[in-house]
Amino acid sequence: MASIDYPLERPKVGTKDWGFAEHMYDWVATVDHKKLGIMYIVSALLFLVIAGIMALVIRTQLALPNGHVVAPDTYNRLFTMHGTTMVFLLGMPLVAGFSNYLVPLMIGARDMAFPRLNAFGFWIFLFGGFLLYFSYLGGSGLYGAGSAPDVGWFAYAPLTEKPFSLGHSTDYWALGIIVSGIGTIASAINVIATTFSLRCPGMTLSRMPMFVWVMLIDSWLILVAFPPLTAAQIMLLLDRYLGANFFYTQRGGSAVLWQHLFWIFGHPEVYILIFPAFAILSEVIPIFSRKPIFGRPAMVGAVVAIGFISLGVWAHHMFAVGMTSYANSFFAASTMLVGIPTGIKIFNWTATMYGGKVNLKTPMLFCCGFLLQFLIAGLTGIMLAIAPFDWQLHDSYFVVGHFHFTLAEGLVFGIFAGLYYWFPKITGRMYNEKLGKWHFWLFVIGVNLTFIPMHFAGILGMPRRIYTYQAGRGWEFWQFSATIGAYIQAIAVAIYVWNVVHSAIKGEPAGDDPWDGWTLEWATTSPPPEYNFEKLPVVRSSRPLWDLKHPHDPDWKYE
Amino acid sequence: MADALDLTADALTLEREWKTPDRGTVGIIFLIITESVLFLTFVAVYLVYIGASVTGPYPKDVLETPILATVCLLSSSLTIVAAEWALERNRIGMFRIWWLVTIVLGLYFLFDTGMEWKKLIYVDHLTISTNLFGTTFYSLVGLHASHVTVGMIFLLLVIGVNLLGFPIETQKRRVKFLSWYWHFVDAVWVIVFTVVYIISTR
Repeated sequence: MASIDYPLERPKVGTKDWGFAEHMYDWVATVDHKKLGIMYIVSALLFLVIAGIMALVIRTQLALPNGHVVAPDTYNRLFTMHGTTMVFLLGMPLVAGFSNYLVPLMIGARDMAFPRLNAFGFWIFLFGGFLLYFSYLGGSGLYGAGSAPDVGWFAYAPLTEKPFSLGHSTDYWALGIIVSGIGTIASAINVIATTFSLRCPGMTLSRMPMFVWVMLIDSWLILVAFPPLTAAQIMLLLDRYLGANFFYTQRGGSAVLWQHLFWIFGHPEVYILIFPAFAILSEVIPIFSRKPIFGRPAMVGAVVAIGFISLGVWAHHMFAVGMTSYANSFFAASTMLVGIPTGIKIFNWTATMYGGKVNLKTPMLFCCGFLLQFLIAGLTGIMLAIAPFDWQLHDSYFVVGHFHFTLAEGLVFGIFAGLYYWFPKITGRMYNEKLGKWHFWLFVIGVNLTFIPMHFAGILGMPRRIYTYQAGRGWEFWQFSATIGAYIQAIAVAIYVWNVVHSAIKGEPAGDDPWDGWTLEWATTSPPPEYNFEKLPVVRSSRPLWDLKHPHDPDWKYE
Repeated sequence: MADALDLTADALTLEREWKTPDRGTVGIIFLIITESVLFLTFVAVYLVYIGASVTGPYPKDVLETPILATVCLLSSSLTIVAAEWALERNRIGMFRIWWLVTIVLGLYFLFDTGMEWKKLIYVDHLTISTNLFGTTFYSLVGLHASHVTVGMIFLLLVIGVNLLGFPIETQKRRVKFLSWYWHFVDAVWVIVFTVVYIISTR
């Protein structure tokens, strides 16, 4: 490649002189929140495909009894990497990606508070992910064939200690997540500072879009939930490399301590993951119901309540380790308590639709899907919160079914709703509605066919993470239909990918405001220019574009 | 379309009177919050493991209360305030003196920690792998010392660029954030000191 002196001779944006190298330079060196947001989302979707393929292999292995599609140790690596990837390399970059792209646009800012920190956060997240995946090559160090971590996504001690986990696979697990966690924390601090400091004139906290509110609380949860995980992983590395005794039970260390530290992170984490879905629903449902959101203060209150209550529920993952009955009762009660604000949210979204002019475009379909599926997920969550019930089903496929219902059918439905809703804003083109509907219905059929049977297999006693099983235990039908469902999901996601790629290149031009929106991102062009707004807007209500479009009946007269 | 949002007179007033908090202030506050949770985790683990060591040495046998180092570190919080006070009034000479005093106090603290560890390792044969006390002690005190070290690097950076002729009075805001971080590190020491040298040696 010829030498390129970019600072001296950088072609003007959008001119035809730009070759591949110029475009690459532009993306790699960018500090623009929209480009970083897109890169977060695209890399999340790439990891989704990778972890999805892993899930397909797992499902193929379990489709029939006595399956031998992959070797047992490969299988352990697959479910570990599937879980770790989905949580840390799909869920977390989606949080960061959506908040990066949308928060500045929604509050009328030109960029995030710390644009360079933002770029740092993205790249360190991405390289953290690469570090985790490098374990496939470097996991055994210099001894030969590589191996990925095989300790499960929550890596229970003492199985992660040196005597039980040779090679470096567990180190890659810990280091990769510490590194990408630094990026997550950087991005969370950035979102908070942006929200507090860069709101455009008139955008008081009470007028802020619900999306921004939810992402603000989400960032708060990240800041208080990630350090315990980082601390635990540092301790694990100290154990493995310096011979410390934190989780080394023979020398008085405690394996249960790891569980506490992990779940002090782990339970807020599931709220961190689901919050983007909450945020997206709170924007999409009002727009497609043509009604302002029902009970806005209650919605904000509910999300703040979750932001605090969810910090005190972690040990419901540990009912089976033998805590005192006081601890069991406390965590059972606090877990049920967190269902109340979540219930408020479900109720208010439904109430927003009630009496509205509901328009079932693809984003709205995904929102409706979310409401039904997430309700079921919440109900099985309440069931598992009852400690004696949990003892019965702990570590069974019922639990696997439950958390896949919350994340695959909750988070992913919400994310797809958001991806369709803001697609015209991000690309300037409209997605294909027909393919979108195909995606939705196939996905609904796929996820239910996959995850409902898991509950039954769990009730019938099937433990999670087993490599294979014998025929005649009553699990075959449920496992086989779960596998069919997984393939249907894969087809649905393939349709989505095709829809995105095709529409981004050849879709109909969407215009700046295809949904007749009310928040500020629809006030600028699609895609927005690098500076977002030519002139910073001034707002006087929580629906600034409604005020603009209806000068005779603006919202601010009633707020 | 965007500029049609704000063409009324009261919008202009609103725009003129609009105030939001400084982004750096918000950022540093939340950085300190997340760092506090990190320390909280290590402190909690230390407390949980008090008395859990299967073999010696135990805290009450080997720990000596580092009074002088503590006094130095805590007074460095005062001297950095004095330095900031001088910088606020553009008295660069005074600023440099107080800043250097802060650095010396911080360096003494690190030196004292180093000597303490040397004694523990060579005389008392306590390493991070000896027992749970060693594990939790070195990790908690080490985490704090690493934070002091990071703060020290930034303190040295400030005085270094200033002595090389950089006009530090243009960076009052950043100096303020650094001093907040330093206060935070000092405040954490109060907790670490209480937990390690008072509670666990009883």
